[in-house]
This record gives sequence, C-alpha cells and structure tokens, in this order.
Amino acid sequence: MQFDPVLLSRIQFAWVIAWHILLPAFTVGCASFIAVVEGLSLATGREVYTRISTFWIKIFAIAFGMGVVTGLVMPFQFGTNWSRYASAAGDVLSPLFAYEGLTAFFLEAGFLGVLLFGRKLVPPWAHFFAALMVAIGTLFSTFWILSANSWMQTPAGYEIVNGHFIPKDWIEVIFNPSFPYRLAHTAVAFFTTTGFVVLGVGAYLLRRNQSVPEARTMLSMALWLLTVLVPLQMVIGDMHGLNTRKYQPAKLAAIEAKWDTGEGVPLTLFAIPDDRAEHNKFAIEIPYLGSLILTHDLRGEVKGLKDFPADQRPPVAIPFFAFRAMVGCAGLMLALVLLGGWLRWNGRLYDTRLYLLACQCAIPLGFIAVVAGWFVTEVGRQPWTVYGLLRTTASVSPSLTGRDVTLSLLAYMAAYLLIYPTGLILLLRVVRKGPTEISAAAPAIEAGRSPAPVLASAINVVKGEV
Amino acid sequence: MTQVLDLVPIWTVILALAVFFYVLLDGFDLGVGMLYGFASDARSRNTIMNSIAPIWDGNETWLVLGGLGLLAAFPTAFAVIIPAVYFPILVMLLALVFRGVAFEFRFRDAENKTFWDRAFCYGSAIATFAQGVVLGTFVQGFPVHDGQFAGTSFSFLTPFSVLTGVALMFGYGLLGAGWLILKTEGDIQAEARRLGRICLIGVVTAIAIVSIWTPIMVPTVAARWFSWPNFALFVPVPVLSGLVALKIWRSLDGKAEATPFFGTVGLFVLTYIGMAISLFPMIVPYQLTLWEAASSPRTQAFLLVGTLFLLPVILAYSSWSYWVFRGKVRAAVGYE
Ligand code: HDD
Ligand code: HEM
Ligand code: HEM
Repeated sequence: MQFDPVLLSRIQFAWVIAWHILLPAFTVGCASFIAVVEGLSLATGREVYTRISTFWIKIFAIAFGMGVVTGLVMPFQFGTNWSRYASAAGDVLSPLFAYEGLTAFFLEAGFLGVLLFGRKLVPPWAHFFAALMVAIGTLFSTFWILSANSWMQTPAGYEIVNGHFIPKDWIEVIFNPSFPYRLAHTAVAFFTTTGFVVLGVGAYLLRRNQSVPEARTMLSMALWLLTVLVPLQMVIGDMHGLNTRKYQPAKLAAIEAKWDTGEGVPLTLFAIPDDRAEHNKFAIEIPYLGSLILTHDLRGEVKGLKDFPADQRPPVAIPFFAFRAMVGCAGLMLALVLLGGWLRWNGRLYDTRLYLLACQCAIPLGFIAVVAGWFVTEVGRQPWTVYGLLRTTASVSPSLTGRDVTLSLLAYMAAYLLIYPTGLILLLRVVRKGPTEISAAAPAIEAGRSPAPVLASAINVVKGEV
Repeated sequence: MTQVLDLVPIWTVILALAVFFYVLLDGFDLGVGMLYGFASDARSRNTIMNSIAPIWDGNETWLVLGGLGLLAAFPTAFAVIIPAVYFPILVMLLALVFRGVAFEFRFRDAENKTFWDRAFCYGSAIATFAQGVVLGTFVQGFPVHDGQFAGTSFSFLTPFSVLTGVALMFGYGLLGAGWLILKTEGDIQAEARRLGRICLIGVVTAIAIVSIWTPIMVPTVAARWFSWPNFALFVPVPVLSGLVALKIWRSLDGKAEATPFFGTVGLFVLTYIGMAISLFPMIVPYQLTLWEAASSPRTQAFLLVGTLFLLPVILAYSSWSYWVFRGKVRAAVGYE
C-alpha cells in the first residue's frame, strides 16, 4: 500500500495540477480585467485607468510566466503516469488538448509581448487589441481543457473498439452533458477569484493611503463585479449539482455523505463519514432540506451510496468536506459583497477600515474555493478516470513501480515548494509599490526591444534599476 | 464514414516538422543558456539573456505542440515512449521549470542573482542532456507488450543514451554559439566563436560514433543503409554532413556572422534525415509502424482541419516576432 504506484501517481497528479490551477484561476480573470481597463482607458482617456492597467500587467506577467512552466508539466503527466489512459482515451481527448495548444497558447504567446511592452510602441487601440487577444486566449484555454475534463466525467459521442474510445460525433464529445455547467461554473469561479484579488489589493492600498484614486477605482469596480457574480455563482453551482445528480449519482451521494436512498432526506451539515462502517458519526442534520436543495422538492428521492457496489463508490470524506469548504467560501463571499453594498449605499465604503481589512483578508477565498471545488469533482469521480468505463487502477502506466513514483513525487514537491514561495514574495513586492510608483517610472523601450527579459521589466522598475 | 484518404503520411510530416522546429528553436535558446555559464561579467550575461528573452516562451510552445501532436496522431506511440523515458522527462520538465522562471526571477530578485543565474545555466544544460537521453533511448528501441512499454523505468540508462545526451549538449551548444555570433558583437562574439569550435568538434565526433554504433547495435539499421542500391542513394547524407561541418569550421574562424548558425541548422537537417532513413516507417522503433500506432481516421481528420489552418498562422506570428526583435542586442539597451 505504502508504495502503490497508482495511489502515488494520483497524489502526484493532484499535486502538480492543484499548483497549476492556482495560476489560471487568477490569470484568466486578470487578463479580462486588464482588457476591460484598457478599453476604459481608450474610451475615456483617463490616466487613472492607464495606471491601473500598467500595475496589473506587472502582476499578470509574473503569474502568467509561472502558469506557463507549471502548465508545461501537465500534458506529460498523461504519458509518464497514465499511459494506459492516454492510449485508451487518446483518440477522443487528444484533439481537444491539441486545439487548446493551437488556439489558446498560440494566441496568448502571440500578443503577450505587445501587451507587456508595447504601450509606447503601438497605438493605444492596438495595445487594447493585444490585451483582448490575450484574454480571449486564456478563455479558449479554459474552454478546451474543461471540455476534455467534462468528457471524462460524462463521456458522450464515442464508441468502444478493442478497448479504445473512438470518437463518433465531435459535437457530442465537446459539448458533453456536464460541460456547459462546468464551463460556466469554472469561468465564473475564475472571475470571482480575480475579483477578490483586485478587491483585496484595492483595500490594502486604501488602508495604507497609497495611490488612493486608483485604489478606489479598483475597489469599486471589483465590488460591482462581485455583486453580480457571487450570487450568480451560487445559482450555477446549484444547477451544476443537479447535473451531477443526474449523471454521477454516486459522487452526489458522497458529497452529501448519504448512505441510504430515501425520500425527504435531511441535509447533513457536519459529520465524520466512515467508509468502512457505511455510516456517519456525529451527524448534524436538518430534516427535509437535503431533498429540497438537491431535487428542489421536499419529498424528492436522493440515492444513497449503499445503492452502488462498494468497488464503485468514491471515498466520502474528501468530497464531503471539500464541498463544505467551497460552499463556506461562497457564504463568506456573499457576506462581504452584501456588506460592501450596504456601506456603499451609506457612502462609507472607502473609509470603514475594518471592512477594508476584511477585504484584504478575503484575497485567498477564491483560490480556496477553486481548489476545494476541484477536489470535489475529481475525487468524487473515483474510482474511474472515464466515468463508469475506465478505472483509475487500469489507467496507470504498467512499467511504473512505487519507488519510481515516490522519487518523482518528491522531486515535484521540492521544486514547487521552492518556486511558489519565491514567486509569491515577488508578487507581494510589486503590490507593495502600488500603481503610481510603477507608472511614474515606466520603462523606456528602445527600438522595439524590451529593456529586460519579456516578463521581467516589472521588478527593474519597482527597484529603480531602470 | 469510410476513409478515402490515408492521413498518416500527412500527420507524419506535420509531427516531424513540429519536432524539428522545437529542436531548432528551443535548441538554440537552450544552447545560449548553457553558454551563458561561460560569460565573464554581468554585462555579457545581460546581453546573452536579452538575445533570447523575447522569444524563448514561443519556442517552448513547440514542445507542447510536439507532445500533444504525438498523443493526437499516434496515441499508442505516446503511451509506449513517454513511460519508457519517465525519469529523463521528469528531469527535463523540472529543469525547464527552473530555467523558465529564472528569466523573471533573476531580474526581480537581485539579492539572489547568483542562484537564479545558476538555475538558468544548469537548467538549460540538464534539460538538453535529458532530451539527448530521450533521443538515444528512442534510437535504441523499446520492449513492447500488448501496446504498452514492457521495460522498467531505468531501462533508458545505457552508455548509448548517455552518449546521445552529451552529443545533444554539443549540438545545442553549437546552435547557441551560432545564435550569439548572429546577435552579438565584440568580445562576446569572439568567445562564442571559440566555444563554437569546441562544440563543433564534439558534435562531429559524436555523430561519427553514433553512426558506427547504431548499425552495429541494430541490424535493421545496418540492412537499411548498407544494402544495394540504398547505399548509393543515401551516401550523399553523410558526405554532405561532412562538407557542411567543414564550412561551419571555416566560418567560425572567419568573419561570417550568419554562416555558423545557418550551417548548423543545415547539419541538424541532415542528421534528422539520416535518422529518418534509419527508422522509417517505425514510430516506436523496431516495434510499431506509423500506421500501427495511428489514432482513428476521425481523430486525425478532425484535428487536421484546424491544424492546416492554424499552423501557417502560428508560423507567420513566430517569424514576425523574430522580425520585431531583429538586429544586434546590447546589454545597455534599457539600462541607461
Ligand atoms: C469561486 C469559486 C467557487 C464558489 C464560490 C463555488 N464553487 Fe462550486 N466549484 C468551483 C468553484 C466554486 C470549481 C472549482 O470551479 C468547480 C470544480 C469543478 C467545477 O466544475 O467547478 C466546482 C465544483 C462544484 C460542484 C461539483 C460538480 C461536479 O463535479 O460534479 C458542485 C456540486 C458545486 N461546485 C456547487 C457549488 C455550490 C452549490 C456553490 C455555492 C453555494 C458553489 N459551488 C460555490
Ligand atoms: C481546469 C483546468 C485548467 C485550466 C483552466 C487551465 C488553463 C490554463 C491557462 C489559462 C494557461 C495559460 C497560463 C496561465 O494563465 O497561467 C495554462 C497553461 C498551460 N496549461 Fe493549463 N489549465 C488547466 C489544466 C491543465 C491540464 C490538465 C493540462 C494538461 C493537459 C494543462 C496544460 C497546460 C500547458 C501545457 C500550459 C502552458 C502553455 C504554454 O506553453 O504556453 N493545463 N493553462
Ligand atoms: C484544474 C483543476 C484540477 C484539480 C485541482 C484536479 C485534482 C485532481 C485530484 C485531486 C486528483 C486525484 C483524485 C484521487 O486520487 O482521488 C486528480 C486526478 C486526475 N485528474 Fe484532475 N484535477 C483538475 C483538473 C483536471 C483536468 C482539467 C483533467 C483533464 C483534462 C484532469 C485529469 C485527471 C486525471 C487523468 C487524473 C488521474 C486519475 C485519477 O486519479 O482520477 N484533472 N485530479
């Protein structure tokens, strides 16, 4: 057990992707935010927007660079650790990945340079256009990768020939049943995550009385966005859950830690699920609410885990707790947004220091919710990689031993534990300088050549090295 | 849906091109990364870094395309080859991660400049060595059972694969030297010429050893080259390689600034053709042919439509980006 290559490969995959997702979770929204601010700057000609945009471009540059290198690791995981999965599902999934490369990575790479350094080189509309293209690139990326993931959750449009999944209808493959919900929920999650980062940074600058006009604009824009998105996200999440109930009932039962099928089931607020005893300890339940939420009917029937053979059930504790973490984050987000709206109504938004502090502390909320949500989705999919069809144990590369994967896992752990904190420290430095100082010292660019490596001008500026 | 057209040859060409673009483009910037370690002062380090900074990111995207292209067009080959080189791939990825963040961290994190400087140079060297090992493992061939790799995660490690690892370091080093001769002047260029000559000697020696070793190790390769009339047909490849190497040697000594780089590109093309001659039509050497490993016609057709449209666009952009950053780089630019 200790050296089980399957378990270790799963941990390794979870490790590398959980770190990778943190960056898209921010860069996807940030690219769009920059595009919007660039658009506003173009339309109104107000300096404040230019300064905000320049500031966020610096932050975006660091995060994006880290997103690219951690992303590079991902497709190779399918080959190194999940070769039987790659061979079985490759015919269906690989074009989706390849189209991500061709449409998204190319578009991002193509316009990144102009976005980062082109402000003085190209006319303002072209700079706006570059920002737009980068933003669209990140959204294409989200589209394709989620299509691939959703196909693994709810496969469609395929036939099985000699143990291989062969595509039959590409429209059905791409727009498989859970894809619209997953795309909507994840895209909104990314925008929400970025929204809370912008909100928190704005609040931080206001608390320090630094770059006040820019900070107010950030805070205000982020709050309006979140006022729409947070409630919307709860509605989409609810619809996503209904979809899961239809296509992955065992996952839903694990999320709710329901062992017995029943009508008018209670909602379990807290419990310690015990997989072996098929029972919850210390359960705190609210009668009927479970059926009401999950089926939108007081007497609705909810399937329990005991309806599924033991070897077709996901582990219960992780989806159960991760789901509560995600919904808990949503609750905190809603409280912040409502409070912010009330303060704005009373004209006290920008000088209620306690509220600003709360916003600053809320920066990680989106990231926590995203990672928690993905743990619900992926662990809840177990024991399958292609739901109901291909087992995780049958997906791993046959040549791997436990020792091999232990070595690689340790290497990935050491590398990421060195790189991420360093990146975070650099990001915090950029934030501490604030928008005004950065723009005041905007780099001079000569002859179309960047003063420093493409992604590196920010710090030079920050440190006055230019 | 009956398939009227065999798409396998088209995909073979596309994939071969993608891999070759990767080798050339990331090859020279990994090579520059290695030569960076020989730079004597901060000024030359900055110049060398600036000569690839704006383009390395785009170059690496070809690796993604190559990997995903292999998965898409020949999934069975992907499923055999990648696990067989589990550790080289791991090492390559981690080296690329460190090297990639070093571009930014070096400039942002002035206190720790030496650490990220080293990460950049050693990262480039290690990634290159690992890619060379992958190449050697590929040429050696793989044990396959039931469409899956049947060796262990350490079967890759042989004297032959270590040799190809070192060979590729010389090869990328030569490409990198050619690039620096093109993009720099003065003492940096002179140093690049000197290092280029060392790399060229290494490359020629390595090609010679590999050309003798491979047919001895693999009888099918010997049969391919040394049977009649193949021999007459293929003999221009080694002869031309020799002539090109000579030309590069002369240009490294002289004044020419473009010949070392483009000559090396020529040498890489010839070596690549030589390998194709040895291995065709195998995609998993000596086990599975291109046709046996191919994905379903529907998969290939669906992806081909987009690729034929998008690939030219990508090429156009990439060339444009090189055009924007044309000319000699100087450390001073932007550091006034
Ligand atoms: C800002 C982030 C965020 C927030 C506030 C929420 N979610 Fe979420 N949720 C995600 C971010 C997320 C996610 C990370 O994006 C996931 C992982 C996979 C997916 O499709 O979205 C997810 C998955 C996910 C799933 C799993 C679906 C499946 O894989 O089958 C369900 C049922 C919900 N969510 C439901 C909710 C509900 C009812 C919420 C609020 C009351 C909620 N989510 C708030
Ligand atoms: C929900 C999951 C994922 C999303 C939304 C996502 C999105 C993104 C985005 C937006 C980028 C650009 C860099 C950035 O913004 O930080 C990126 C980079 C990358 N991602 Fe992911 N990703 C996800 C998971 C994966 C997975 C599973 C793979 C493996 C197939 C992968 C492979 C890559 C690669 C190769 C890059 C680097 C691209 C380059 O070279 O330019 N990603 N991803
Ligand atoms: C981006 C957010 C994601 C996160 C945080 C995430 C998380 C995880 C976790 C925790 C596991 C291990 C499950 C377990 O061991 O019980 C896993 C497995 C896996 N995931 Fe994801 N995942 C994400 C997205 C994706 C995407 C986009 C894909 C494919 C397109 C994908 C494909 C896989 C595969 C192939 C495995 C290994 C087999 C398995 O254990 O099911 N994941 N992931």
